[in-house]
Amino acid sequence: MAVPDNKLQIEMLRKMMLIRAFEEKIKYLFTRGAMAGFSHLYDGQEAVAVGGCAALTRDDYITSTHRGHGHCIAKGGDVAKMMAEVLGRRTGYCKGKGGSMHIFDASLGILGANGIVAGGLPMGTGAGLKAKLTGSGQVTMCFFGDGTTNQGTFHESLNMAGLWRLPVVYVCENNGYGISVSQARHQAIRDVAVRAEGYGMVGAIADGNDVLDVYEKASAAVERARRGEGPTLLECKTYRYGGHHVGDPGTLYRSNEEVAAWRAKDPIPRMIAHVLDSGVMTRAEVDTLKAEVDAEIEAAAAYSLESPLPEPEEALDDLFIGFRATGREGRGARGGCAAGAGRAECGGAEGRPRA
Amino acid sequence: MRTITCRQAVNEALREELARDSRIVMIGEDIGPYGGNFKVTEGLWREFGDARVLDTPISENGICGVGLGLAITGMRPIVEVMFSDFTANAMDQLVNQAAKIRYMSGGQVTPTMVVRTVIGGGRSSAAQHSQSLHAWFMHVPGFKIAIPSTPYDLKGLLKAAVRMDDPVMFFEHKMAYNMQGEVPDGEWLIDFGKADVKRAGDDVTVVATSLMVYRALAAAEKLESEGISVEVVDPRTLIPLDMDTIAASVRKTGRVVIVDEGHVTCGVGAEIAARIAYDCFDYLDAPIERVGTLDVPIPFSPPMENYVVPSEDDIVFAVKKAAR
Ligand SMILES: Cc1ncc(C[n+]2csc(CCOP(=O)(O)OP(=O)(O)O)c2C)c(N)n1
Ligand SMILES: [Mg+2]
Repeated sequence: MAVPDNKLQIEMLRKMMLIRAFEEKIKYLFTRGAMAGFSHLYDGQEAVAVGGCAALTRDDYITSTHRGHGHCIAKGGDVAKMMAEVLGRRTGYCKGKGGSMHIFDASLGILGANGIVAGGLPMGTGAGLKAKLTGSGQVTMCFFGDGTTNQGTFHESLNMAGLWRLPVVYVCENNGYGISVSQARHQAIRDVAVRAEGYGMVGAIADGNDVLDVYEKASAAVERARRGEGPTLLECKTYRYGGHHVGDPGTLYRSNEEVAAWRAKDPIPRMIAHVLDSGVMTRAEVDTLKAEVDAEIEAAAAYSLESPLPEPEEALDDLFIGFRATGREGRGARGGCAAGAGRAECGGAEGRPRA
Repeated sequence: MRTITCRQAVNEALREELARDSRIVMIGEDIGPYGGNFKVTEGLWREFGDARVLDTPISENGICGVGLGLAITGMRPIVEVMFSDFTANAMDQLVNQAAKIRYMSGGQVTPTMVVRTVIGGGRSSAAQHSQSLHAWFMHVPGFKIAIPSTPYDLKGLLKAAVRMDDPVMFFEHKMAYNMQGEVPDGEWLIDFGKADVKRAGDDVTVVATSLMVYRALAAAEKLESEGISVEVVDPRTLIPLDMDTIAASVRKTGRVVIVDEGHVTCGVGAEIAARIAYDCFDYLDAPIERVGTLDVPIPFSPPMENYVVPSEDDIVFAVKKAAR
């Protein structure tokens, strides 16, 4: 049984606090109108990403979801670059091209948040196949929600991983809903983990609001994967506090009592109680940790708000290597085609100078 | 006469058709108690219940296939795919099955199905929630395609689509849902294959679809004050395409700009331009201009997104170029 040492326990608490503070800040900025688009927040589910990623090394891979801020922070993502991306700044992780739903850090093995439900599962499975083919020893952890387990690609991915005994840990964050549709209305089973058997892999269930339980079960799965014993489907039962995204009050399809019951199981106070009870930290140390986390988020927000927005024409970069797509005639500078790009369609209709 | 929004127009059409024909079943994600991601199906589940307005799991390929199965066994399903981006997830059942089943079976079954979905940028929804993928379905024989702009057109075409025996792809624009327009009292249906001249003019024809109709009309207003008279033609349906109305306008003006929010390359504008070039070759006084979403994925950050998605100013620029 994997028992995290004191340092790791403190780090897990810090990461959960950091995710919570990040999401609170996003909520604040969004309601202040500082943010465009929409953001799916992770508050309430912190223990899943943190307990899961604590079982991984820097070289391991994860795939994430539309509700991806927590996964990115848990895997070591830079909160300033994340916040800058969510605010559409040039200094963000994706230069403002992705936004909240597409944060990506290849250097940390974060193979992207995803706007498509189940979009990360096949590619995470592919990363698992790569690890097996090359003997790299890397493990991939795919995060996804309960609603996602009804997509065809979920089943296709788990079947391949089971068949080929791939080093992948599939972590289902069962928060009971896909947008407004409760689990009882979207599938005939209560435990997603039972699906593991159908793909010849180990299934396990963790208390998704207990970071130590998630860590223990994720560690066991990661060790199995590294030993070449194949994939695991780990279901973590948890809950999102807010609506589906900022802007959805989340009150149409669930009761206040239900939300309150889950808030009483909040993973952060639970972990604080644990570190205090076990003497890992003192109250003063917990307070200091919280203050440091808040300062880090304040600094990330200040950095992001001071960062420049991209210039319009920056939209033309990054499609192909060494190539700038054709821009708009009549608005700002002309994009034009990079020399030697060799695109016959260079110009579309709009960019082609008239003969 | 009364004024309603595009959202209301779709909602009313759905409600009236559900009440009219008990074979109509709506299926889709979050269309039930939640009232739809864009609040278009609000109230329908309460009125008609699960047997008629059914929330589905997140399974686009499955949902579209279930719709097809309902259709070829005697029901009249209306399937909602939350964003047109997610039709990509459903392409097997749409493209390989629904579009071909009548033909492949030698006409034995007809998929009496409407797939409603939502296109458009402008909400900072980034690359996987902003696409306008309607042109894909023009490329596959087997779908009728509607892409209306106004409340009047949305309601009249949706009701016609639901009653049509062929499969219909029906594209609504997320940024048009709050747009208002006048509608008559009573019921009306609009035939597929009938374009509508939204504004008459003499100098340049602008063929525009969906939200771009509003931008084209605003551009026309601006250009009027600069002495350029613009005719705005809304094809309303892409399959069938009313080339008679478009060609008549082009023969009058000799100059044409096609504005569609899909990507430029192989987009709606490419097909319409080719047909105009063929049908009206001797009448053209200038090259055909196309305005569309630039050929890059749609970026998240507003300055870049606003640049990539066509604006009123882009239409003004293209019209002036065509008018030169
Ligand atoms: C292919 C696809 N279908 C539908 C959606 C719209 N959508 C976004 S999140 C979501 C619900 C996902 O539910 P779940 O997997 O349980 O994750 P949660 O939001 O609860 O974290 C839906 C339907 C989408 N983004 N992609
Ligand atoms: Mg869920």
